[in-house]
Amino acid sequence: MEQVLSFFFEYKDAIFIIALSIFLGIEVISNVPAVLHTPLMSGANAISGVIIIGGIILVGHADLSRFSLDLVLGILALVFGTLNVVGGFAVTDRMLEMFKKKKK
Amino acid sequence: MDKILTTISGVDFTVGSALLELSYLIAALLFVWGLKLLSHPETARRGNLWAAGGMGLAMITTLLLHKDSAGQGIQMMNVMIIIVFIGVGAAIGWIAARKVKMTAMPQMVSIYNATGGGASMLVALLEYPAAAAGDIGSILVTVLGLIIGSVAFSGSLIAFGKLDGRVGDIMKPFMTYLNLVLMIATLGLGAYIVFSPNEPSEMLWAIYSLTGLALIYGVMFVMPIGGADMPVVISLLNSFTGIAAAMAGFIYNNEAMILGGILVGAAGMILTVLMCKAMNRSLINVIIGAFGGGGAAIDREHGTIKEITLSDAAVLLSYSQKVVIIPGYGLAVAQAQHIAHELDTILENKGVEVKYAIHPVAGRMPGHMNVLLAEADVPYEQLVEMDDINPDMPNVDVAIVVGANDVVNPAAYDDPSSPIYGMPIIDAHLAKNIIIMKRGMGKGYAGIENFLFFNDKTRMLFGDAKKSITSLVNEIKSM
Repeated sequence: MEQVLSFFFEYKDAIFIIALSIFLGIEVISNVPAVLHTPLMSGANAISGVIIIGGIILVGHADLSRFSLDLVLGILALVFGTLNVVGGFAVTDRMLEMFKKKKK
Repeated sequence: MDKILTTISGVDFTVGSALLELSYLIAALLFVWGLKLLSHPETARRGNLWAAGGMGLAMITTLLLHKDSAGQGIQMMNVMIIIVFIGVGAAIGWIAARKVKMTAMPQMVSIYNATGGGASMLVALLEYPAAAAGDIGSILVTVLGLIIGSVAFSGSLIAFGKLDGRVGDIMKPFMTYLNLVLMIATLGLGAYIVFSPNEPSEMLWAIYSLTGLALIYGVMFVMPIGGADMPVVISLLNSFTGIAAAMAGFIYNNEAMILGGILVGAAGMILTVLMCKAMNRSLINVIIGAFGGGGAAIDREHGTIKEITLSDAAVLLSYSQKVVIIPGYGLAVAQAQHIAHELDTILENKGVEVKYAIHPVAGRMPGHMNVLLAEADVPYEQLVEMDDINPDMPNVDVAIVVGANDVVNPAAYDDPSSPIYGMPIIDAHLAKNIIIMKRGMGKGYAGIENFLFFNDKTRMLFGDAKKSITSLVNEIKSM
C-alpha cells in the first residue's frame, strides 16, 4: 500500500494528465454522429502520429559521423511517423471534402 | 534564445525552451479543438485542418528549438536529413491518400495506424538505454510503449491483410490458449525488465525479445478475428496507437504527445465500445470468440423464396411514397454506390421520398458506409441512422436491402438461440414490401440463416448489385 501511494505521489503530475485527458477525450468525442465515424477515426489516427516528434528528436540528436543501426531505425521511425501524420490528415481531408461539397 | 532566464529546481530555463513548451501547449490545445470540431458535420473539415496545424507547429518548433540533455540543439546536418526524410514520407503519404479508393479506406487507415504503432515501437526501442538509466517510471513507460506500439504495428498489418483479402481468417480452438500464453509471456517479460536490478546494457537481449514477442502477439491477436468484427478491431488498434504515442510522450516529458496520444486512445476506446454495442457483443467476446456457424436454430419452417421481375420492381418503386435503401458491404464490393444514387435521384424526381438506413457496423470500419455514399454524392441529410429510421419503418412502402444480411436479420429479435440474438438491427421486416438484392442464397458473414428472405412481404432480386440496380434504373426510365 505504501509503495503504491509513494508511486502515485512521485508520478502524480503524469497520473493527473492521464486521468484528465481520458475524461476530455470521452467528452469531446461522445455523441459524434455515425456519419463521421470514419473521418473521426482517421483524423484521430493522424493525431496519434504525434510520435513523429520522437522521431525528430531521435534523428536530430543522432551521431552522424558513423553509420549505426540506431540511426537507421531512427530514420525509419521518422518516415513512419510522417506517413501517419501526412497520410492521415490528407485522407481525412479528402473524405470530409466529399461530405462538404453537396450542401443543398 | 539560449539566454538563461531562471533556474528552476536545478534546470536552466531559456527563452528557447520556454517557446518550445509553449508551442507544445498550443499544439495540444489544437488537437483538442480539432477533435471537437471533427465531431460535427459542418465543422469537421476545419477541425482536421486545425489539428494538422497543431502537428505542423509542434514539428517545426521541435526541429528548431529542441535541446538534448547536454543543452545541445539539433545540428544543421541533422536538420537537413530530417527534412529530406520527412519529405519522402510526406510525398508517399500524400500520394497514397489522394489515390486510395473509398472502398479501400479501412485498409488505408490500417496501414497508417501500423506506421504510427511502428514509429512508437522504434522510439521506445531506441530510447530504452537512456530510459533504463532513469527511474522505474521511465522504464515502465518505455516498456509499455514498446509492447503496445509493437502490437498495434503487427496487428494493424494483419488487419490490413485481412481487409485487402490477402490474409484469411485462421481460427483454431487452441489459438485462444496460445494467445493467452503469449500475452502472459509478453507482460511477464515486460515486468521482468521493469523490475530487474540488472544494468541496462545487460537487458538488451530482453528488450529485443520483448519486441519480438509483442509483434508475434499482435499477429496472433488479430488472426482469428472474423471479417464482420473488423470495425471493432480497427477501432481498438487505433486506440492502441494513441496510447503507445502517449507512453513515448512520457519518455520525452512531452505534454503534446501525452495529451494527443491519450485523446486518441480514449476516442478509439469509445468507438470500440460503440461498435461492440452495435453487434451486441462484449469486447472479450470479439477478441476470444470466433463468430459464425453453429448455434443457429435451423428447425423452423423455411417457407418459400419468391423472386421479383425487374418490371414489377420498377412499378412497385415508382408508385411508392417512401422508399428506404438498406446498404451493406455487398453494395461496396459491387461498387454500386454511384448507381444507387442514380436510383434514388430518379425516384425522387417521381416524387418518391428516398432515404438510406445505415447500420452502425455497415462496412468494414465505423461509419464506412457513410463515406462510400458520400463519395457517390448522396447528401448526408439522406443518410439516416438505425435508431432514427426504425420507428418509421412501418410507414415505409418499400425497403430495398442491397448486399446486407445480418443487419436486417429478424432472428436478432425472436430467436434466442441465434448468435446475433439481441443485436440491434434495421427493422426491414416492418416495411410494407421488401426487395432483397443478393448475388445468391449465401449466408452473411455470421453464417446464419436469415428468415427475412422467406417473409411473405419479401421479394428477391438475384444478381450482382450493380447490374441489378442499373437494369432497375433503365426499367424505371423506360416506364
